[in-house]
Amino acid sequence: MKNSLLFDFIVDKATKTVFVNREFDAPLPLVWDAFTKQEILDQWWAPQPWTSKTKIMDFKVGGRRVYAMVSPEGQEHWSVQKYTSISPKTNFKMYNAFADKDENLDLPGSDWDLNFSEENGTTKVSISIYNESLERMERMVDMGFKEGFSMTLNYLGDLLHTLSQK
Amino acid sequence: MAAHIFATEWLLNKNLNKMRRDIFQAIADPTRRAIITLIALQAMTPNAIADNFHTTRQSVSKHLRILTECELVKQEQHGREIYYSLEIKKMKEIDKWLEQFRKIWETRFNQLDKVLSTMKKQKK
Repeated sequence: MKNSLLFDFIVDKATKTVFVNREFDAPLPLVWDAFTKQEILDQWWAPQPWTSKTKIMDFKVGGRRVYAMVSPEGQEHWSVQKYTSISPKTNFKMYNAFADKDENLDLPGSDWDLNFSEENGTTKVSISIYNESLERMERMVDMGFKEGFSMTLNYLGDLLHTLSQK
Repeated sequence: MAAHIFATEWLLNKNLNKMRRDIFQAIADPTRRAIITLIALQAMTPNAIADNFHTTRQSVSKHLRILTECELVKQEQHGREIYYSLEIKKMKEIDKWLEQFRKIWETRFNQLDKVLSTMKKQKK
């Protein structure tokens, strides 16, 4: 196992693309399953205290995943991901869009390209997210800001809890 | 992605966020990004800035006006000349959003690390 696992997060406004690269200390087939099987995806996709709830997932070209991010208060925010290309254990591509629970899409969405490779037991995942509209990218970043803020509060809560037990 | 979850709130807060959206519009343009890089080093007059570009002075003035409206640059009068410099605080704001966005992915992947480690044990 490598001592430090890579984590890159790059926002390139010129090409309207977000690049996310990460290494995992696990063999490629496991990582591939974690990204492509709904019962595993729902365990990690939503940053706590949010949860991920997948209603439909048909992992094949032309298939889709319909899922909600559920807030701690139970509010559901739906998205649809349509699989446009799949090369098993190497790459898959999808089109991602906000939606309501009846799958009415809120366009435009974003194009995702996910690459998987393994070296010495470490699996690298490279994700690029292309936003056709710059406004949407701003929205994404802006919403990330708010979510990040609620997460920070959550960390603070955990920290206080730990401190109070000492 | 996780960042989608505030879609509804975003629509409600559109006005509140107008200023932020403007910042991204401002830095979406390559010439304006180049101007930002230039004046990050030192305050400059519009003429000195224009000398670095193959465009017209009017065009540089227009970019400077947009940057000023977004409060990304500030103007200071020295004698007859107006100097433009970078509003560092505003630039940091941009950094902060990106950092929070990055944090979502960090959290998500840390959760995945745990899931993978459990999966590995089950396989053994």
